[in-house]
Amino acid sequence: MEREVQRVRQAFLSGRSRPLRFRLQQLEALRRMVQEREKDILAAICSDLCKSEFNAYSQEVISVLGEIDFMLENLPEWVTAKPVKKNLLTMLDEAYLQPQPLGVVLIIGAWNYPFLLIIQPLIGAIAAGNAVIIKPSELSENTATILAKLLPQYLDQDLYIVINGGVEETTELLKQRFDHILYTGNTTVGKIVMEAAAKHLTPVTLELGGKSPCYIDKDCDLDIVCRRITWGKYMNCGQTCIAPDYILCEASLQNQIVQKIKETVKEFYGENVKESPDYERIINRRHFKRILSLLEGQKIAFGGETDEATRYIAPTVLTDVDPKTKVMQEEIFGPVLPIVPVNNVDEAINFINEREKPLALYVFSHNNKLIKRMIDETSSGGVTGNDVIMHFMLNSFPFGGVGSSGMGAYHGKHTFDTFSHQRPCLLKSLKREGANKLRYPPNSQSKVDWGKFFLLKRFNKEKLGLLLLTFLGIVAAVLVKKYQAVLRRKALLIFLVVHRLHWSSKQR
Amino acid sequence: MSKKGDGSAVKDPGAEPTLGTNPFEGTLRRLREAFHSGCTRPAEFRAEQLRALGRFLQENKQLLHDALVQDLHKSAFDSDISELIICQNEINLALKNLQAWMKDEPGSTNLFTKLDSAFVRKEPFGLVLIIAPWNYPVNLNLVPLVGALAAGNCVVLKPSEISRGTEKVLAEVLPQYLDQRCFAVVLGGPEEMGQLLEHKFDYIFFTGSPRVGKIVMTAAAKHLTPVTLELGGKNPCYVDDDCDPQIVANRVAWFRYFNAGQTCVAPDYLLCSPEMQERLLPALQSTITRFYGDDPQSSPNLGRIINQKHFQRLRALLGCGRVAIGGQSDEHDRYIAPTVLVDVQEAEPVMQEEIFGPILPIMNVRGMDEAIEFINRREKPLALYAFSNSSQVVNQMLERTSSGSFGGNDGFMYMTLLSLPFGGVGHSGMGRYRGKFTFDTFSHHRACLLCPAGLENLNDIRYPPYSDRVQQLTRWALGSQSCTLL
Repeated sequence: MEREVQRVRQAFLSGRSRPLRFRLQQLEALRRMVQEREKDILAAICSDLCKSEFNAYSQEVISVLGEIDFMLENLPEWVTAKPVKKNLLTMLDEAYLQPQPLGVVLIIGAWNYPFLLIIQPLIGAIAAGNAVIIKPSELSENTATILAKLLPQYLDQDLYIVINGGVEETTELLKQRFDHILYTGNTTVGKIVMEAAAKHLTPVTLELGGKSPCYIDKDCDLDIVCRRITWGKYMNCGQTCIAPDYILCEASLQNQIVQKIKETVKEFYGENVKESPDYERIINRRHFKRILSLLEGQKIAFGGETDEATRYIAPTVLTDVDPKTKVMQEEIFGPVLPIVPVNNVDEAINFINEREKPLALYVFSHNNKLIKRMIDETSSGGVTGNDVIMHFMLNSFPFGGVGSSGMGAYHGKHTFDTFSHQRPCLLKSLKREGANKLRYPPNSQSKVDWGKFFLLKRFNKEKLGLLLLTFLGIVAAVLVKKYQAVLRRKALLIFLVVHRLHWSSKQR
Repeated sequence: MSKKGDGSAVKDPGAEPTLGTNPFEGTLRRLREAFHSGCTRPAEFRAEQLRALGRFLQENKQLLHDALVQDLHKSAFDSDISELIICQNEINLALKNLQAWMKDEPGSTNLFTKLDSAFVRKEPFGLVLIIAPWNYPVNLNLVPLVGALAAGNCVVLKPSEISRGTEKVLAEVLPQYLDQRCFAVVLGGPEEMGQLLEHKFDYIFFTGSPRVGKIVMTAAAKHLTPVTLELGGKNPCYVDDDCDPQIVANRVAWFRYFNAGQTCVAPDYLLCSPEMQERLLPALQSTITRFYGDDPQSSPNLGRIINQKHFQRLRALLGCGRVAIGGQSDEHDRYIAPTVLVDVQEAEPVMQEEIFGPILPIMNVRGMDEAIEFINRREKPLALYAFSNSSQVVNQMLERTSSGSFGGNDGFMYMTLLSLPFGGVGHSGMGRYRGKFTFDTFSHHRACLLCPAGLENLNDIRYPPYSDRVQQLTRWALGSQSCTLL
């Protein structure tokens, strides 16, 4: 393991990954891989999650292609240095932020969107000029295998490598030193990752999870609301980190919600959901059993059918759920939707705030003031109002959690920024040393006053002339007073400075 | 606060240690309750806190000056330009821009979300902890505090117990100005800090050494608390042959010996050719004499070492290599003369740890390439300096190395620019702050998308069942656009 990481580090140190052209080439190669090997990729995802090809394509591959295109289009601009506003003391200098790669980054993926959650961070890591070690989830075996097979065929084999394995291998991997770790997964392992990172002072981005609440107000169109929720909840058989985890609503709405979700499920997946090509399965037996245990003692309004052999769990809704029961204690990550009745929006807000900050928050209402209040009085990674999932889709948005749902964010430019060091640079000239005398000891009160003047004012081009005159006048007075003997030399110096300033301000 | 639930989903107020055994329990509970009450959210509250902080600085200038003299023998000039003015500047900037910073940032929408309202909301994290060191005790406590308050958080401030004078002023006087529901100063040494770190915070901002940085991050990991770590390292300073040695000497010496070298971004060691070294030594001597006189110990412009422990540590470093300039010390005064060491070996202690004192070792290299190789073999520093008349050399140094920040042909002048963020990379730290960057550091950027409640027809395309026709249409529509979604 150590040798593998060393090899990648050596490759990074060679400097190969840094030129823009190289990064663009790699991204283009990645794009080719996705397009040319689409069938293989889809087949892998499909067999891991019993997903239809269309779903795999539309949920994972499309997003990846979009992200690559977005990166290709914008990268040339992103890699350039960004000048910043200067002050009086630095007005003749170059001041800017230079993005630079961090080095060797580790991306640990999850099994629920096994392709997307590896490739989307990878795109940004490559774009930022890093070398990357990829650790796909071992639970989505087929995707892990296909990634290990395909990536070396298209990308630089020393800069970007795939390491597969289980808990043991991951633990070993985490002992190595990286320059950034991006982990997608659960809270428990998130803590382990951060603790391992702390030993090397490695910054981390943790995309975790939680119970994403979904508040349904009285004042809404329940038909539409239930369709949207059904779509977001049962997509990927509920195994989505930003799926609406549970519903909060007034008790009187429960029956209608149940009815409408039931109808929508029928519309989406047919009479016999098990036979719908668009309905997925639970990833493995362990999770199947886990979700099953959440149903114990609950009032199943509809659904609840299971088949262990195929790891099938029907779209299920629970009503009158007691917040203290197991289904409300952990992220469900399955096609079970509890409804917890609350009396009003105040209670809903309190309920949400008593719990860990979720990755997503959903609120459905025609009343914009209520939506605003929900947002103002709670916290979460992100929010979608009157729909679910959609805030994930905007690549201009940072996607990430807060509190126990995670730290850091990525997608689009945010991935580039996550994997870059934005290095502040100030470049001066070795000339104009006279201007520095102000700061050198021995000090005096006038220097203090001048220090205040220069440090508390911002550089304003329009005031340049006036400031210059004042500066000249006072400097002249100070100098005459203190440095009689070297006056002539100083006067010449100031003349030159002014001349240069005048010249350079003319040039702007 | 609510009762605990049975599992992890319901918040146990941060898995707090047993009531009564931890001295900070009460304070933290009070601050958390205040945050939940929402009192720190309105702009006016935050602005008032910032104005109060400004008043604290203005009304207690003498007190602060005296404390800085007591702690670090800092002259009024040095205190003003490196501590008080900087803080004032930050407060002014925050007050001026608070509304703009707090405003929701619009997000750009794509084809499928054109009808929505998309924005990023800046939210306070909640209860944040700021741990500050002793070398710029006012600056490094208050500048993060400005951003934390501006961002609407409740703040626990932990000043360093080593800079006792300043600690006292911050503990006794500062709380009188700020709203004590939302702000507290906690005191203590390593043991108390350990107890403090057992608690859950929503953000931890730490300035100090990499060693303690690891401890802080490990503690933060237990609660999944995000951190900003402003650490340190050995900041290299490359001096090219194509330079005026006197100008270089002026600039390097000023930044090296400021605050008796106790600056995280000070040039830690020089890299230059033996020929350049020959020219630099007399130039450095001349500069030191000019700045501090023939007897630097009597100069009011030279600071002192913070305490005996560091004094002893630095005195031991004087034995490395050969003293070319300075080398004197006075234990009683905790004084170490502005010193330059030559003939230093890489394995010697002065090249193994961050010096943090008025000692400047010179390492010889044969040229820029060797200097870059030397630098890249070591941990990424907080700052990196390169002096050359050739902009090509300066740019090469910049491109082929990594560091928190970079100064070309000068020392840490960039610290005066609030438009530049300040932070480390690798062992020198993670995260960044100053100016708006502090506000952003202490804010959670929450992506919000408000979709239309109606217009459901537009969504039909995303719902199953996916007939062949729908599949084809979707592939075509999405394949020809650069948008990421279903």
